Amino acid sequence: MATAAVGLRAGAARFEANTATRDPVWVKGLVLFLGLAFFSLFLLLPLIAVFVEAFRRGWGVYIAALVEPDAVSAIKLTLLTAAIAVPLNLVFGIAVAWAITKFDFRGKQMLITFIDLPFSVSPVVAGLIYVLVFGAQGWFGPWLGEHGIKVIFAVPGIVLATVFVTFPFVARELIPLMQAQGRDEEEAALVLGASGWQMFRKVTLPNIKWALLYGVILCNARAMGEFGAVSVVSGHIRGLTNTMPLHVEILYNEYQFAAAFAVASLLATLALVTLAIKTYVEWKAAPSTPPAEAP
Amino acid sequence: MSIEVKNVRKSFGKFVALDDVSLDFPTGQLIALLGPSGCGKTTLLRIIAGLEYPDEGRILFDGYDASDRDVRERQVGFVFQHYALFRHMTVFENVAFGLRVKSKALRPPESEIRKRVEALLDLVQLGWLAHHYPAQLSGGQRQRIALARALAVEPRVLLLDEPFGALDAKVRKELRRWLRHLHDELHITSIFVTHDQDEALEVADRIVLMNKGHIEQVGSAQDVYERPATAFAYSFLGAVNRFAGHIDGSHLRVGDGAVRVADANARDGEEVVAFARPHELDILTGNSSEGIPAYVGRVLLSGATARVELTGKIGTNGHAESHHFEVEMTRQRLSDLDLQPGQPVRLTSDRLKVFPVARDG
Amino acid sequence: MAAVRAHRVLPGFGLSLGFTLAYMSLIVLVPLSAVFILTSTMSVQAFLDAVASPRVVASYRLTFGASLMAALINVVFGLLLAWALVRYRFPGKRLVDALVDLPFALPTAVAGISLTALYAKNGWLGQYLEPVGIKVAFTPLGVLVALVFIGLPFVVRTVQPVLEDLDTEIEEAAASLGADRWQTVRRVVLPTLLPALLTGFALAFARAVGEYGSVIFIAGNLPMISEITPLIIITKLEQYDYVGATAVASVMLVASFILLLIINGLQSWSDRRSARGL
Repeated sequence: MATAAVGLRAGAARFEANTATRDPVWVKGLVLFLGLAFFSLFLLLPLIAVFVEAFRRGWGVYIAALVEPDAVSAIKLTLLTAAIAVPLNLVFGIAVAWAITKFDFRGKQMLITFIDLPFSVSPVVAGLIYVLVFGAQGWFGPWLGEHGIKVIFAVPGIVLATVFVTFPFVARELIPLMQAQGRDEEEAALVLGASGWQMFRKVTLPNIKWALLYGVILCNARAMGEFGAVSVVSGHIRGLTNTMPLHVEILYNEYQFAAAFAVASLLATLALVTLAIKTYVEWKAAPSTPPAEAP
Repeated sequence: MSIEVKNVRKSFGKFVALDDVSLDFPTGQLIALLGPSGCGKTTLLRIIAGLEYPDEGRILFDGYDASDRDVRERQVGFVFQHYALFRHMTVFENVAFGLRVKSKALRPPESEIRKRVEALLDLVQLGWLAHHYPAQLSGGQRQRIALARALAVEPRVLLLDEPFGALDAKVRKELRRWLRHLHDELHITSIFVTHDQDEALEVADRIVLMNKGHIEQVGSAQDVYERPATAFAYSFLGAVNRFAGHIDGSHLRVGDGAVRVADANARDGEEVVAFARPHELDILTGNSSEGIPAYVGRVLLSGATARVELTGKIGTNGHAESHHFEVEMTRQRLSDLDLQPGQPVRLTSDRLKVFPVARDG
Repeated sequence: MAAVRAHRVLPGFGLSLGFTLAYMSLIVLVPLSAVFILTSTMSVQAFLDAVASPRVVASYRLTFGASLMAALINVVFGLLLAWALVRYRFPGKRLVDALVDLPFALPTAVAGISLTALYAKNGWLGQYLEPVGIKVAFTPLGVLVALVFIGLPFVVRTVQPVLEDLDTEIEEAAASLGADRWQTVRRVVLPTLLPALLTGFALAFARAVGEYGSVIFIAGNLPMISEITPLIIITKLEQYDYVGATAVASVMLVASFILLLIINGLQSWSDRRSARGL
C-alpha cells in the first residue's frame, strides 16, 4: 500500500539477522558514522544553535524580545496569515483530490502536474507574480489605488503569497491515498441510501483523516515560516506587515542577535511540534506496523 | 548430491520451527516437503540452502559437513516463492548473473556465458524472451526464468520454495508436469516445498510430511496416501472421515454407536480417534445395532461413483455435537440402498484406522 | 484510463472540479502568466540585457552550480542515512528519522541565521575552520552549506521507502547465485534504487535552485561572487526595475518547469520500477 507517510517500520532486525542481507560490521560502522556525522553537522547542530543563541543573554532578554510590541504584532500577523491560508488550501485540497480520484476526465494528468507548480517555483518569484498583478504598476494596481485598496505591502498580499506557496500541501497528501482507496466504499454508501454529504462525512472523511491532518500541519508549518515570497510583498513595515520570519530578519540585520534568535526559537519550536505531530500521525496511520514490535 | 539433515533445531523467539529433525535426501530424487503453513518446511529448505543457520544440528552434503558454509559457497540453486528476478536486468542478464559474479579465475569467457545462457533458455523453452524484462513476463514464464537462473551456476542441489504457489490453477498444472519432466532429464537432487498435497503426490518421488516442526512420515506418494503413519498424516492427505471415541473390547464406541475394529492398536478403554476414507465406509439400513448412527443428507452423483453426505450426532446426549461424514460407493450399491434424505442409517467400516489420542499429532 | 464516464455515479463532480479550476486559476495560473505576458512585451535587446548581464550570469553560475553540488552531496549522504535508517538498529534511530524532515518544517530564515552563527568567524564551527583557511560564511561555500541543509530530506525520503519495500528475496537470490555482498549491493540493490536516487537528486536540485531564505544570511551577497539569482530579482524589484526582475524570473520559471517535467518523468519511472508483484 502506498501511503504518503514514510513510517519507520520495525524491520532493521530482519535485515541484520539474514545472512544474505547482513553487512559486515565495519561497513555498518562506517555507514552509521558517515550518515550520523552528516546528520549531526547539517541538522542537529543548527537546531541546537538556535536555542543556545536564543538564551545566550539569559531569560530576561529572551522574554523581552518576545513581548516587545513589534514582536507581538509579528506573531499576530503570522497567526492570522496561517488562519486564512490553511483552511483555504484545506478546502482546495479536498476538492481537487475528490475530483481527481473519484472521476475520470480529460486533462487530469495535466491538473495533477499543475498542483505541484507552486513547489517548483522559487518563493521570490511567487512574491513577484503578485506584485505584477496587484502592485502599483501591476494589472490591477491603478484600479485598486483608485478604490483605496492596498494589496501589496499590506496584509492581503502576504496572505496571497502564503496561499500560493502552501497551495499543494493538503492535495498532494490526499491524492495518492484516495487513489489507492478507490471508489468502492463511496459507491457502497450510495447504494445503501446515503446522501452525498452523509457519504462524505461517514465514509470518505474517516478514511482520509490522518492524511488530512498530515497535510494540514505541514501546510501550517510552511505558512507560518514562509520567508522569501512574503518578503517580496510585505514592504517590511514594522508593526504592520512583518511576519515572524521577517521580524527575525530585521532584528538580525540590526545586530540584535539574541532577540532574533529568541523569535527564531519560537519558530523552531513550531517546527519541532510539527515534526512530533507528523511522527505521531505516521505511526497512527501505518496499519502495517504490528503494535507488539515496537521496541 | 545426497543431503543429510542431522538433529536440526531452529526456533524464532519462542516459536519452535524445527524440533530435532533428521532426514536423508538420496542423490537424484525429486522430493516434496509437504505440510501446513508454519510446519517448518520452508525453514528446513532455507537451512539446507544456507539462508538460515540451525540453532543445533548439522547439514551434510555428500557426507561432508556443510553446516558452517556460507550460502555463497554452497552451490545450491534456490528458486524463490516470488521468483526474485532482478527487475532492472533482462531475462538474459538474469540468467547470466550467477556466471558473471564468479571471480576472474573461475568466470567463463563471455562467449561461453552466452552459450550457456542460451542453452538454458532453450531448456526452459523461453529463448525468444531473452531481451525482455521480468515485468513483461507472465507468472509462469517468470517461474521458468527463475529456474533457468538457478541452474546456470550448475548447482549440486536444486531447492524450490512453493514453486507453484503464486500461479493460477491452469498454469500450475502445466508447470508441475514440466518440472517433473525437467527433473527426469537433469537428475539433479531437488527438494521443493509445498502445502498442496496434490502437487506433492503428483510430482515427487518421495514425500516428507511435516507438522509443527516434526516429521510425520517419509515415503512414496502411494505410501503416504494409502498407509498414513499418524493421525495427522491421515487427516492432512485426502478426504477422510474422523471418529472420536474410546475402545470398548473389540469395538470402537462413538456416542451411542459402536463399530468393530480389527486392529485396535490401543488399550481397552483408551480415548482414540479413528479414520476412514470415504470409500472405506459403508451404510447400513434397517435395525442393526452395529455402526454409528447418522442421517442421510444430500446424494451427489459423479461418474461411476456416488457420494453420500451424512450428519451424525457424536458425544454424550447432553453435549451432542453435529458431525459431517462422506461415503463414496458404486451407483449399484446406492440404488440397492434406496436412501431418502433425512433417513436414519448406520455407518460402518472394516478398515478403520485407530490412533490413541495421546499420540494424536 | 482516458475513457470518459457518461454517467458519474458519485456526486460532486461539477462542484469539486469547478472550485478547483477557479481557485487554481486565481491563485496560481493567472499570476504566473503575468510573468510571461510582461516578458513578451519586452524587446529582445532589453530582455537579453536583463537576463544575460555579467552579474546575472554569475548568479546563474553560482545558483545552478551550488545547487548541483548540494544535490550530489545529498545523494551520497542521503543514501547512507536512508540505508542506516532502514537496515541497521542503533540507539536514537527514531529521533534521527523524525528530525530528517526538519528542513521541511524549520522556517528558512531560522535555518539561515543559525547556519550563519555556526560558520561565522567566531561561530561554533567557524572558529575552527577559519584558522585553517576554510571560510564558509559570506562565501559561495556558505551558499553550498545552506543548500545542502534544505535539500537533505529529499534523497532520504525518496530512497527510504523503496529500500524498505525491497524484498529480502532479491538479495538472497543474488547470494545463492554466488555473489558476494559488494557485488549484490552494486549489481542488484543500487540499480534498483537508481530511479529513486535520481528523483531525490532532482527534487533537491529543484528546491535548491529557487531557495532564498536560508541562503541570503550566510551568502554575504557579494555581486559576481556570492549573489544568487533569486536575490537578483529582489534587488531589481527594490530598484523598481519590475521589467528586469520579471525577465530574470521568467528564466527561473522556465528552469523550474523543465525540472518539474523531469521530476514527473523520473517519478513515474521510479513507481514502475518499484511496482510490486515481481
